[in-house]
Amino acid sequence: MKNLKIIVLAKQVPDTRNVGKDAMKADGTVNRGALPAIFNPEDLNALEQALRIKEKYENVTITILTMGPGRAAEIIREAMYRGADGGYLLTDRKFAGSDTLATSYALSLAIKKIDYDIIIAGRQAIDGDTAQVGPQIAEKLSIPQITYAEEIFSVEKGEVTVKRRLERGIEVVKAKLPAMITVHSSAPECRPRHAKQYLKFKHARTTSEMQDASEDYMQLQKDRPYLFIKEISADDINVDVNWVGLSGSPTKVKKIENVVFTAKESKKLGSSVEEIDELMKELISNHTIG
Amino acid sequence: MNNVFVYCEFDEGKVADVSLELLTKGRTLANTLHCKLEAIVIGTSLDGIEKQVFPFGVDVLHIADDKNLYPYLTLPHFAIVKNIFEKEKPEIALFGATSIGRDLAPRIASALKSGLTADCTELIIGEHTENKTQTTYKNLLYQIRPAFGGNIIATIVNPETRPQIATVREGVMKQEKVSASYKGEIKKIDVSKLLTDADFIVKIIERHIEKSKINIKSAGIIVAGGYGVGSKESFKLLFDLAEILGGEVGASRAAVDSGFCEHERQIGQTGITVRPKLYIACGISGQIQHRAGMAESAMIIAVNNDPLAPINEIADYVINGDINEVIPQMIRSYKKNSK
Ligand SMILES: Cc1cc2nc3c(=O)[nH]c(=O)nc-3n(C[C@H](O)[C@H](O)[C@H](O)COP(=O)(O)OP(=O)(O)OC[C@H]3O[C@@H](n4cnc5c(N)ncnc54)[C@H](O)[C@@H]3O)c2cc1C
Ligand SMILES: Nc1ncnc2c1ncn2[C@@H]1O[C@H](COP(=O)(O)O)[C@@H](O)[C@H]1O
Repeated sequence: MKNLKIIVLAKQVPDTRNVGKDAMKADGTVNRGALPAIFNPEDLNALEQALRIKEKYENVTITILTMGPGRAAEIIREAMYRGADGGYLLTDRKFAGSDTLATSYALSLAIKKIDYDIIIAGRQAIDGDTAQVGPQIAEKLSIPQITYAEEIFSVEKGEVTVKRRLERGIEVVKAKLPAMITVHSSAPECRPRHAKQYLKFKHARTTSEMQDASEDYMQLQKDRPYLFIKEISADDINVDVNWVGLSGSPTKVKKIENVVFTAKESKKLGSSVEEIDELMKELISNHTIG
Repeated sequence: MNNVFVYCEFDEGKVADVSLELLTKGRTLANTLHCKLEAIVIGTSLDGIEKQVFPFGVDVLHIADDKNLYPYLTLPHFAIVKNIFEKEKPEIALFGATSIGRDLAPRIASALKSGLTADCTELIIGEHTENKTQTTYKNLLYQIRPAFGGNIIATIVNPETRPQIATVREGVMKQEKVSASYKGEIKKIDVSKLLTDADFIVKIIERHIEKSKINIKSAGIIVAGGYGVGSKESFKLLFDLAEILGGEVGASRAAVDSGFCEHERQIGQTGITVRPKLYIACGISGQIQHRAGMAESAMIIAVNNDPLAPINEIADYVINGDINEVIPQMIRSYKKNSK
């Protein structure tokens, strides 16, 4: 088979699954700093699907693409430890405040530059739960999208066969490449780090991360070019600044509020036979039940 | 003023509940904006479909009827909806937050370069002033949704771009007919002009969809179980209670994740929203994401062995005890007293 190029889209997100009281500021906004930054869970499912293709076929390369601040390079390294071949960090101040439309615009330009046969994304990122970026990128690249994927069965003769997980069942679809696939959390979990990969890539760094590096470190990167994580800026991909960042985002956050439920004056009961009997009688007599 | 559009999902001869709920909300929005409500149905064998749609107050119904349009495929549905929107320039467009709506809406939003808000729990019309420019926009759609894992509620607006697009989950909005005799206009779409072979580049080669048997959304009484129920076996207690009360069984995500019952029973932010007249929460702690889907129940009874469980704050009756004792006793008391 000729070379098969896979791009996996991965995002670094605050771990919104474990938002404790201390993560909420007094004004009701979330203190992002108080939340650990993690690899978006469904992007790990996406990476696993890519790794399985790489295992099954020859000449497959997996490239991670992530858009975010400098520290998001962590995600690329993490993916390399698990088996990805390399990655790009799309990073620029101009992207700050981008909504999904602006994000997919920037990512689609970067993707065009990198080249690909298959793009695999997570279904949704837990910081927004929108599930929009995958389909929006597919539209911008004019390629088909297969969302809610649970398993990529095969990639043969320029066609991909995918099982989708829907609300009440499954669907198996076939599409011509190139295609965008977004992977659902019901897909298999990602394998852990591989010791050999970890040792190989632990010194991988972006240009910005190398700024204060020692001479030895510089030499290491020169000797082993695979340790170099390329950064892409807005100018590198000729971004129209009117379409990115806060001002290039059609959706605006008007207001953020804390979730408050009106507490009720509740009647407290024990579990004795008499008390429950009393309650059931009351519910029957006021026609709540019966 | 341009109109409010609802993309209606169609399956097995019926317009989906989520779409009828959106039509109900769409009608309210159209009334506020003094504009029309338009619906789009795409599928096959759609004769008479207007009878299901018009009673919800639909003024214009766009129908694309072709054997290649069912089951749903992204690209052909995208081509048709995009074409309608480019011509009609909707003010607002609503989609179900389902595997179909969440597949189609973002692709449409991208093509029209307009804003999209997923999983809204409330949609209202209001005014907005941009801080920077001090420009005031009247009659914007407030797209209200939980954010950050449900810990906050955000109001999103799209001041400049149209349509203002939103998706809403099934069961979040109420379903209400306007009048059985409401009549709108039908516009048939000439599909052959819009679709090309390239729209069928993705092919469905296998499909297994089960009919939904569970209907907790319309149940008047819900007995819901959480992680505290402990096992699939103990969940039987809840089924027994639900059966004698004539209700349905619901569950928290922790209970579903542990395999105690089917995913379709999950109540909450990532499940269904319910408003029964009675909600009995058994062994459910009542985290924000669960409460978001049941807090509007008319009466709530919490059965929990932890007197400090958050569910107690919103309960009308708090029974402090073990579900293994309390539920059987409720069944016995009901049987004894209900004659
Ligand atoms: C983005 C996001 C979306 C989510 N969406 C949802 C959603 O849609 N729906 C949802 O439910 N959750 C959702 N969750 C999960 C939610 O945060 C909670 O984890 C979940 O609701 C907890 O379920 P539980 O109350 O059953 O379990 P627990 O929190 O473990 O509570 C178990 C309760 O049972 C009580 N108990 C234990 N033994 C007994 C006994 N023998 N008798 C009586 N009581 C007993 C305990 O005191 C405790 O209060 C979501 C989370 C995230 C991050
Ligand atoms: N900033 C980003 N960088 C890389 N991938 C992203 C980014 N934002 C979103 N994605 C991808 O798009 C998917 C859906 O994201 P979302 O639409 O934000 O829910 C994610 O699971 C990622 O695979």
